[in-house]
Amino acid sequence: MIDTLRLTAEEAAELIERGEVSAAELHSAYLLAIAERDGELHSYLTTVSESEGEGVPIALKDVISTKGVETTAGSKILAGYVPVADSTVAARCKEAGLPLIGKTNLDEFAMGSSTENSAYGPTRNPWNPERVPGGSSGGSAAAVAAGLAPWALGSDTGGSIKQPAALCGLVGLRPTYGTVSRSGIVAFASSLDQVGPITKTVRDSARLYEIIAGRDPEDSTTVELPEPVAIPDAEDLKGLRVGVPKELNEAEGIEPGVSDAVNRAIELSRELGAEVGETTLPRAVEYGLPCYYLIAPSEASSNLARYDGVRYGPRVGNGDIRSMYERTRDAGFGDEPKRRIMLGTYALSAGYYEAYYGQAQKVRTIIRQEFAAALEEFDLLVSPTSPTVAFPLGARTDNPLAMYLSDVLAIPPNMAGLPGLSIPCGLSEGLPVGLQLIGPQFSENLLFRAGHALERALEFDFVPEPLR
Amino acid sequence: MSWEPVIGLEIHVHLKTRTKMFCRCELEYGAAENTRTCPVCLAHPGALPVPNARAVEMTILLGLALECEIAEHAVFHRKHYFYPDLPKGYQISQYDEPLCVDGKLPLATAEGDVAVGIVRAHLEEDAAKNVHMGGAAGRISGADRTLVDFNRAGTPLVEIVTAPDIHSAEHAKRFLQMLRQTVVELGISDAEMEKGSLRFDVNVSVRPEGSDELRTRTELKNMNSFNLAAKGIDREIRRQIAVYESSGVVEQETMHFDPGNESAPPLRSKEEAQDYRYLPEPDLVPLEPPRELVERLRAELPELPGARVRRLTEQVGFELAEGLVTSGRDRLFEQVGGERREIANVLMNQFAATGVDPAAANPEELAKLIEARDRIPRQAFTEALAASGDPGFSAERYLGDGQITDASDLEPLVEQVLSANPEQVASYRAGKERVLGFLVGQVMKETQGRANPKLVNDLLREKLQP
Repeated sequence: MIDTLRLTAEEAAELIERGEVSAAELHSAYLLAIAERDGELHSYLTTVSESEGEGVPIALKDVISTKGVETTAGSKILAGYVPVADSTVAARCKEAGLPLIGKTNLDEFAMGSSTENSAYGPTRNPWNPERVPGGSSGGSAAAVAAGLAPWALGSDTGGSIKQPAALCGLVGLRPTYGTVSRSGIVAFASSLDQVGPITKTVRDSARLYEIIAGRDPEDSTTVELPEPVAIPDAEDLKGLRVGVPKELNEAEGIEPGVSDAVNRAIELSRELGAEVGETTLPRAVEYGLPCYYLIAPSEASSNLARYDGVRYGPRVGNGDIRSMYERTRDAGFGDEPKRRIMLGTYALSAGYYEAYYGQAQKVRTIIRQEFAAALEEFDLLVSPTSPTVAFPLGARTDNPLAMYLSDVLAIPPNMAGLPGLSIPCGLSEGLPVGLQLIGPQFSENLLFRAGHALERALEFDFVPEPLR
Repeated sequence: MSWEPVIGLEIHVHLKTRTKMFCRCELEYGAAENTRTCPVCLAHPGALPVPNARAVEMTILLGLALECEIAEHAVFHRKHYFYPDLPKGYQISQYDEPLCVDGKLPLATAEGDVAVGIVRAHLEEDAAKNVHMGGAAGRISGADRTLVDFNRAGTPLVEIVTAPDIHSAEHAKRFLQMLRQTVVELGISDAEMEKGSLRFDVNVSVRPEGSDELRTRTELKNMNSFNLAAKGIDREIRRQIAVYESSGVVEQETMHFDPGNESAPPLRSKEEAQDYRYLPEPDLVPLEPPRELVERLRAELPELPGARVRRLTEQVGFELAEGLVTSGRDRLFEQVGGERREIANVLMNQFAATGVDPAAANPEELAKLIEARDRIPRQAFTEALAASGDPGFSAERYLGDGQITDASDLEPLVEQVLSANPEQVASYRAGKERVLGFLVGQVMKETQGRANPKLVNDLLREKLQP
């Protein structure tokens, strides 16, 4: 009997290597677990019954195009859409022999922080099914936490990997922009979208990142990794300078329980040999979120223009073209995409562009400079990933601004194109708290090393309490 | 008052690359509908554009030919509007940082060069083709449904925008011809209007002679030949002048040219200001052409048509020089020996009428033919020209057929032969009639076989009568 709840991807690979279990048997074990537990959680939109490949099975967020397997981005407007080609990351997983378990639920077009914006219904948090798993990669996080996948890929535009990983007690890596191909990833905000792993351990995260990262000729914005991915094994933080940005750690709305857990982790870093100091990111935190909500919706309004009912997806109406567009898009998009299309269309309009999009890009440059300055002094920066633990379903659905604030700490480094790793650092009110580690561009190896050492020392149990 | 027309042109040229601008679909004009498509040019979710390096080079080459500055940093933008032929809901184009800026094409005219400024030449992708079904003549109005052929979607397209430096319909036409010839010779486009690989819009306004103001302009679209363009521009100039002279106001509007009735009905009067919501294309990094590439391409530039018109004008005058160059016959002209104006005239008239590809014609044989044209029948000359592009064409054959049939041409020769052969003349007169054959042979020899033997025979008999 395979204990999918406990099994890490690394252990699963060892089982396969030792011949104790086949990839197909593992795949079946996960499908069985899904049949048992996913009725309540609803972490998957689609499952794949055929096991292809001799590696550790994987779940992919439903923005990741999979050849022959429906890919909806959580939207009605892509209902029934079956890609004719694999995205580059899906192809790389296939080349690495990872059988696909299924496609996971998400906020529609990855727009949201709770997975409640899915057109196919919300996903629940395995730590407490009355709570959200975070989002938008909530399906991937819930699936891994509940033992319904050994590992998964999510996508992160404004915190959509880091935040659900934090809320589900997992490790989430948002890679440096440009290290993972976006080819075949249903686009939300192209200058921010990055695919990354959601895993139980930092070592699993590094292993999966190694599979998916690297230059892809199909994505002009990708680059070759400056150094190979190193699977971490260090258990100390000796020689590392860890900066604690005041604004990221003292922002309004951070729950005391979250602060406590994060502060204990910071204290622990000191014990592990790190040199800890305070630093400051005044404008990055104050303006990060507002800037993000100009840039991301602007790009989204452009990226979502292609869903017009002409070439694929459902079409409503067949009269004149204007009314066909309007009815198709009205029926196909949920409230959140509509809200962001309107925001973005406005921000890009003649006469407003400079004041909004143009200005936001300038501020983005300032944010980048601010982080660069802090990272001159420190090797990495730490903060809570999310100001709060998992919140109850429905708590923020009527207040978009409150929902947006879920990512106030995750967004600033994203705006700077920096990698971020969220690792679980304890519990508050019985729910996981995430610690965000931020490094310079291409510092994934450093984040893995620090994350791994902290993970060892923290001894966090990633199996949700109700499932133990 | 006298009025000066002010004309600016926007020309779109399809680049002759093997594949599309941002994907690997092959470009094939006339391929079955929707058989040259992929997730990128159909705008499937997540599909990303990858720029065609050859298209970038071709655009730089054109930019250099137009004496443009080649940007060190050029940016693709998204230009948004909803239309079924635009799969992404935006066109990837260039906006405020185009690849080529600030050039000129000196237009050779009978009165000397007119410098036409090139504001910019930028790279973009073409839209798909809407096929309107059930309506009149494929037009959208009255159509009961529209099908889309995405084969054309993503074809690399260069847009060239001139300054409003052109002041007559005739010069506009000449500019278009010269530009067309330039892109064809650079090998970057077929520039065939009937295939849509060359399209242009014309902006027209008028102003009082001597003023430098720019008045409201109208845009003429969809003209499908240079001659029709010249007519349309002339008509629009006259219309605007008439409006001003009756104290009216010229409205900014777009005219859709209808070649059927040669009228220009308004398409969009007071065009609702289109807001394209330009956005720097986040899926592409800026183009930063290496200077070595630019210099290599500069070294590849051939002698351009404008320079050749200027050079040939000295030999044959402007009209013929321009005609030769814009018709692509000037290289042949330079290889065919003979009197320059005569060669030019033949190439632009009788030779042009045959439709023979100038590149296929054999210059040496053509020279022989043209040299002899007054000595051979018009019919034979025309036939010879029509065959001048055939492999192995020989002028000799046609010259042989080109008999001298005019008695007055032959008489002096006959006299000459008779006086040179008194013995044979005496023999003939003595009754040896077979000597006639020898004398005919001598005349034929003198005319290199071109004399009509029967005529020679008759003339000889006549002269030999005692």
